[in-house]
Amino acid sequence: MIKKLLKYARGYRIYSLLAPITIIGEVILEVRIPLLMADIVDIGINGGGGIDYILEKGLQMVLMALASLTCGAMSARFASVAGMGFGSNVRAALFGKVQDFSFANIDKFSTASLVTRLTTDVNTVQNTYMMVIRICVRSPIMFCMAILCAIEFNAKLSVVFAVVVPMLVFVLAFIISKAFPLFKQMFKRYDDLNATVQEDLIAIRVVKAFVRSQHEKGRFKKSNDALMNASVAAERLVIINNPAMTLCVYICIISALWFGGGFVIEGSMQTGELMGFITYITQIMMSLMMISMIFVMIVTSKAAGTRILEVIDELPDINDSQADESLSVSDGSIEMRNVCFKYNKNAQKNVLDNVSLSIKSGETVGIIGGTGSAKTTLVQLIPRLYDVTQGELLVGGRKVTDYKINTLRDAVAMVLQTNVLFSGTIAENLRWGNADATQEQIEEACKIAQAHDFVESFPDGYETDLGQGGVNLSGGQKQRLCIARALLKKPKILILDDSTSAVDTATDAKIREGFKTSLGDVTTIIIAQRVSSISHADKIVVLDDGKINAIGTHEELLENNEIYKEVYTSQQEGSVA
Amino acid sequence: MKNNKPKGGPEGNRFQKPKNTGKTFSRLVGYIGKFKSRLLLVFFLVIIGSGANVFGVYMIGDTIDNGIVPLIGTTPTAQDFLPLIKRIALIAVVYICGAISSYTYSRIMIGVAQGTLNTIRRDLFDNMQDLPISFFDSKTHGELMSRFTNDTDTLRECISQSFIQAISSTITVVSTFVMMCVISMKLTALIIAMLFIMMFIIKFVGSRSAHFFRRQQKAVGAVNGYIEELIEGQKVVKVFCHEKAVKSDFDVLNSELRHAATNANTYASIIMPIMGNISYINYAATAVIGAYIMVKGAGAFGIGDIFSALFSWDAAVLAAPLTIGSLASFLQYTRQFSQPITQISQQFNVILAALAGAERIFEIIDTPHEEDDGYVMLVNAKKDENGNITECEEKTGLWAWKHNHHDGTTTYVELKGDVRFHDVTFSYDGRKTVLKNVSLYARPGEKIAFVGSTGAGKTTITNLINRFYDVQEGKITYDGINIKKIKKDDLRRSLAMVLQDTHLFTGTVRENIAYGKLDATQEEIERAAKLANAHSFITRLPQGYDTVITGDGGNLSQGQRQLLAIARAAVADPPVLILDEATSSIDTRTEHLIELGMDRLMAGRTVFVIAHRLSTVRNSNAIMVLEHGEIIERGNHDDLIAQQGKYYQLYTGQFELD
Repeated sequence: MIKKLLKYARGYRIYSLLAPITIIGEVILEVRIPLLMADIVDIGINGGGGIDYILEKGLQMVLMALASLTCGAMSARFASVAGMGFGSNVRAALFGKVQDFSFANIDKFSTASLVTRLTTDVNTVQNTYMMVIRICVRSPIMFCMAILCAIEFNAKLSVVFAVVVPMLVFVLAFIISKAFPLFKQMFKRYDDLNATVQEDLIAIRVVKAFVRSQHEKGRFKKSNDALMNASVAAERLVIINNPAMTLCVYICIISALWFGGGFVIEGSMQTGELMGFITYITQIMMSLMMISMIFVMIVTSKAAGTRILEVIDELPDINDSQADESLSVSDGSIEMRNVCFKYNKNAQKNVLDNVSLSIKSGETVGIIGGTGSAKTTLVQLIPRLYDVTQGELLVGGRKVTDYKINTLRDAVAMVLQTNVLFSGTIAENLRWGNADATQEQIEEACKIAQAHDFVESFPDGYETDLGQGGVNLSGGQKQRLCIARALLKKPKILILDDSTSAVDTATDAKIREGFKTSLGDVTTIIIAQRVSSISHADKIVVLDDGKINAIGTHEELLENNEIYKEVYTSQQEGSVA
Repeated sequence: MKNNKPKGGPEGNRFQKPKNTGKTFSRLVGYIGKFKSRLLLVFFLVIIGSGANVFGVYMIGDTIDNGIVPLIGTTPTAQDFLPLIKRIALIAVVYICGAISSYTYSRIMIGVAQGTLNTIRRDLFDNMQDLPISFFDSKTHGELMSRFTNDTDTLRECISQSFIQAISSTITVVSTFVMMCVISMKLTALIIAMLFIMMFIIKFVGSRSAHFFRRQQKAVGAVNGYIEELIEGQKVVKVFCHEKAVKSDFDVLNSELRHAATNANTYASIIMPIMGNISYINYAATAVIGAYIMVKGAGAFGIGDIFSALFSWDAAVLAAPLTIGSLASFLQYTRQFSQPITQISQQFNVILAALAGAERIFEIIDTPHEEDDGYVMLVNAKKDENGNITECEEKTGLWAWKHNHHDGTTTYVELKGDVRFHDVTFSYDGRKTVLKNVSLYARPGEKIAFVGSTGAGKTTITNLINRFYDVQEGKITYDGINIKKIKKDDLRRSLAMVLQDTHLFTGTVRENIAYGKLDATQEEIERAAKLANAHSFITRLPQGYDTVITGDGGNLSQGQRQLLAIARAAVADPPVLILDEATSSIDTRTEHLIELGMDRLMAGRTVFVIAHRLSTVRNSNAIMVLEHGEIIERGNHDDLIAQQGKYYQLYTGQFELD
């Protein structure tokens, strides 16, 4: 996992190397300083080295401190450059990866979890990286250097470390291994809490309409308390680190005083050396402490790293591998030959079962069928939002996999059931269809989609700013803008997936009128619930439970298709007094 | 309508400095203050912990001076070791006390911090629940979500760390300072001079760091906002092949973030090496001067000496020379002194960020709740033999409005579902009128349909009935009572809504249906499901009524979700139903079945329907044709057809195309 993530340090490798190198300089200097201190005390003060000697050593110490400061400051800078650079690389890689995802890939991760991975998780990994390239080098080197110096001072006394250090390492390792699952649990509780809040926000009108705020408060309290308990459990374990660590330091100091005191009395050790030794004890233990802190950090960010890699390792299951670069979509004809499809490879039953269908370029085709009859699934195969499981799908006489995805999707405009507009002005949103569209082209598309009038009625017209999600438009208005956006693509095939459900009948009729006059040679596929929306089509496909039940014109179907007749009469029954 | 949307990400301008630091701080203290006794304990434990640390260092010097040095060069007997053993034992005791107290206060603080956060989050959520719909219109979800995530996160950091750090650092600084004074006032004067230099550096680096920190937070907000929006609209990005354009937009934001973050982090992490090494310089200076004092045999001039001089009236004590042990301890103290100062300066940023976050949280908690000055309540009722209505405890199926009058009398009005609009005029923003002089009535059991183009005001009418918004002119009465006098909860309980967008909650199918009536029995749930024709598809789900569905209902089709929403309304069993374009995305076959169920459900109920399909409204008692917020035609289907007006046009418009 670490190896894979390290790839993203690219471009910042130099800094990632310089940061530890400069820090080694800092550490070496830092470790030498106590030696000077011992010299000052032992030779300068006790040994009668005199004030000149002390001054000389003091000056050396100041110079070393200044050099160490320079190294430390440089390493801080290098580590920041490397860490943040690494973070931005990971973020860009993730974002880019999601752009390559197919619908199936997106379905697999929920959007909320993708957002967390791109924000919180990247942040965690980036901070860890920055800490690691500094501390992970600093602490072990500090540890070794300090031990060496301590041995130099007094090898016999250093035996203390041989006892205490393994003890501490064992305790730290034990705590970390226990803490990991607890942290994982905590992160899960975090997700749950977020999900609860998000759900409540989305459904706030339902909550209010059913007077369920008490109920919601109860639900929130549950996840809130669960989060608290999980956090408390995880943190309680981690804080044992600190006292375990301090106790070890104290044991060392006390043993040093006792045994070292003995050596000093014997005369085999100097007082200054004993003081220096005690300083090293603190340094050694501090470096161990830092290492354990880093471990905790690595362990907690391991979860984040795993989640990031899950996205990065996900293979976009739709790609250009078999595409012919130069191929362009010649016309809007569609041919389906024995197409079968299921969302999950392990599913028993096909969602679409043995569908064969031939649509000529420029035809208008209506698709009608019950809930769950796979209407949406059928049309989503055309721009390769999903790939067929079995059978063949041809657009413009060639298999869809022959085209580059962009080529194919540029030729197939699709208005999805869930309409999304982005923050920015109306015009900016419409230009998604065609970045270079002129104002005339935009207005023309909006006129066909019956959006022009209401857009003009806004004070800022096409420059009206839409908030996130385009919340200040009604459902019908959003749908009409989405249609206009699709029209601006000047597609060969236009697919409307129940895209006028929130539009009133009269406007719906006008939109269809507009299509008829201005979309001469564009193949149009309309999924609709209302018979009136598709009765004019050249061909109507009746889908039932993933199979084609019948294909025909309105008149033909009325005559000999039971399902169609039933739908029609039910809608007529409703409308004739 | 509602045009005050903030542009950009949900956290567009996060990380301003807190506007009213003092007030926010004292409020935060109020939250933490609930754990007063525990905090007091923590306070003492922190004092013990830091005190033990400082004292331990002092004892090391003392041990060397008085336990070891006197024995140098002698051949000590066991008796001679006694002072050394005593001192080491004392150190051990002090250290163990320190470790135990530091563990205990960390453990207590976890409870305090998590408990405080828990309360704050709950207050935040609970208050948010009581805010009016217009509040949710004006805020994006991301914006509100970040109150629960980012803002509480910074708070957690602050509470769990800053508090202890602030106390322990202060204590360490103060006690170290005192100990240094005890050893030598002369050397302490030197330390104070160094302190000023350190403060100056901290201030300089700190202000640079704060500047870049703000820029970083702004950049984080922009990047996160962009990510949130684009990931949510990812499928549209795919359909429009906009991946490249989106990536390059993202790259711009991302590199701005990288730049700001690099600088912010540089300044944040540079302070440690600076302070650490300055403390070495400090050390060197102290060693040189200390050694100088020692070599010259000049007085250490410690407070301890001054005190002894005062007590013994012996000025000679004042000239007590600096010992090696004291110098050793003093040198150790100089190192201890700088670290907490650096830490305090770093905590300062954390605290500022946390206060800014707390302020944003409190802002939501302080937003005025949905106003409700209604006092008419909905109660269970029964009729006595004279037909008089009296209140009762048990469920009778009969409900009444309990009206407490000013003169102390109470009257009961039977809940029937008679809804009337009297000259209602309404505007969302006070500028653009959405409804103009709308008057209409729906007698109990009548079905009123609203027809009209998008934006004509159909949804607004239904939003007024349940008081999501309040009318500005005119009034709406329910069973003859002005709805402003009815308690909102009771009013809404008497209405059921099936909204345009179906929203389900994570939980089982059963739980989702029971949302309409929390204490519904399995029988009631099934009956409602059958009524909505949802029963058959539910039983076909893998676990039937116990199938867990996710909040966005991703594992159900649009139609199935609609069916559940209808079942949910059915189980609530209210006298008034509001259907907002509910059936529009259900296929016609299913819809036909629903209509049958609906007819059963609607019997004896007042129903307001908004539908695009004229077919679904034609058997209504009255049809209101709305245009630009006004009712331009009203009547039943036959009347309106005969009028040959707008309704006729709409109606025939549909037919022309058939």
